[in-house]
Amino acid sequence: MVEFSLWDILRNLLLALRWTVVLSLIAFIGGGLVGLALLLARIAKLPGAERGVGGYVQLFQGTPLLMQLFLAYFGLALFGFKVSAWAAASLALTLYTSAFLSEIWRGCVNAIPRGQWEASASLALSFTEQLRHIILPQAMRIAIAPTVGFLVQVIKGTALASVIGFIELTKAGTMITNATFRPFTVYACVALLYFTLCFPISAWSHSLERKLRRER
Amino acid sequence: MTVTLDFIAVLIDWPFLLKGLAMTAALTAVSAIVGVAVGVACAWARAYGSLPLRSVVASYVELIRNTPFIVQLFFIFFGLPGLGVRLTPELASFLAMVINLGAYATEIVRAGVENTPRGQIEAAQSLALSRSQVFLRVVLPPSLQRVWPALVSQIIIVMLGSAVCGQIATQELSYYANLIQSRNFRAFEAYIVATFIYLGFAIFLRHLLNWIGPRFIFGAAPRRV
Repeated sequence: MVEFSLWDILRNLLLALRWTVVLSLIAFIGGGLVGLALLLARIAKLPGAERGVGGYVQLFQGTPLLMQLFLAYFGLALFGFKVSAWAAASLALTLYTSAFLSEIWRGCVNAIPRGQWEASASLALSFTEQLRHIILPQAMRIAIAPTVGFLVQVIKGTALASVIGFIELTKAGTMITNATFRPFTVYACVALLYFTLCFPISAWSHSLERKLRRER
Repeated sequence: MTVTLDFIAVLIDWPFLLKGLAMTAALTAVSAIVGVAVGVACAWARAYGSLPLRSVVASYVELIRNTPFIVQLFFIFFGLPGLGVRLTPELASFLAMVINLGAYATEIVRAGVENTPRGQIEAAQSLALSRSQVFLRVVLPPSLQRVWPALVSQIIIVMLGSAVCGQIATQELSYYANLIQSRNFRAFEAYIVATFIYLGFAIFLRHLLNWIGPRFIFGAAPRRV
């Protein structure tokens, strides 16, 4: 019988933590790009974009992330792709993140007064110029705090990837529990690691929010 | 290649889906009521409690908000038996949902409570209302009204999160979707059907709570005073 010290548990969890971080970054960056495209389609008033993107956002915000992961996992396989847990988790989390970020950012763009659009239009700026020089710089300032806050949701969301067999922090916790029979210690360590990852980001988001409110 | 989807094979097991939905609804209903009550109590503690109480509540809120629900659930279901607390899957799910919603509801309700105009509290005090009367009758109803949309969204998030409870064999909707696909190997279809049931239920729940709120939660209370 092998004995596991607390350090053994913690060390293995730390090794798994990097996959949580990597998956979070993939989802956050990928989701940011897709979300930006959706947002642009919406504010450029492309035909059908308003309803299409609205439905997309509703679909991802109104269904469990766990179901989205299962659908990506079994759906990709159904269409003949050879799916790894990596591919399925990245795809599902990217789409999930894109829906939320495009909705958050849309709120920020809508918060810019109409007069800004009209003033820049009256300066004969084209639509892209208006967006690039007038609207987006202002919208971005409001968007930073909620975007950083949403990063915490993404990190917590990656924990669900453990269910489809993606070995990240939570899955590593389950596996180590099965080897050590010390679920209390292991899951407490897992929770603590998530906390040390997420809490500074939450605190940062709050401080950004406060700073923005003071500037107003 | 051709992809064939067979939804009939899944829908034929509708009694399972119905039973799962009933469990999801029951878990959501009970944990929403208890969770919001916990949130109100903690919001009171954070706004008016003593310093130690305030910091305990603050730690609870931050700890829950910065860890994933699935880890909280696993900790309660797998971890607590190590301390001699053995729970059924249903009870563990319920407890995890209450603790989770309680933390988020605390922050939401607190935002409403802190935005109460001072004049209203002073007016209530000058009418010789006790401290608890001031909070329950004067501060709380309009606060809940202010934050009701956020609270409704959070309850829906917790309802959707309850899909994870199937992982510890709580017999809710995602558990039955898993059961169905293990019987007929129609995994994609089973999860599609379950996903759309969740979507429908989320939309229904939003309408229901928006209807209930003004009528029973914060609408009727002030007039009774």
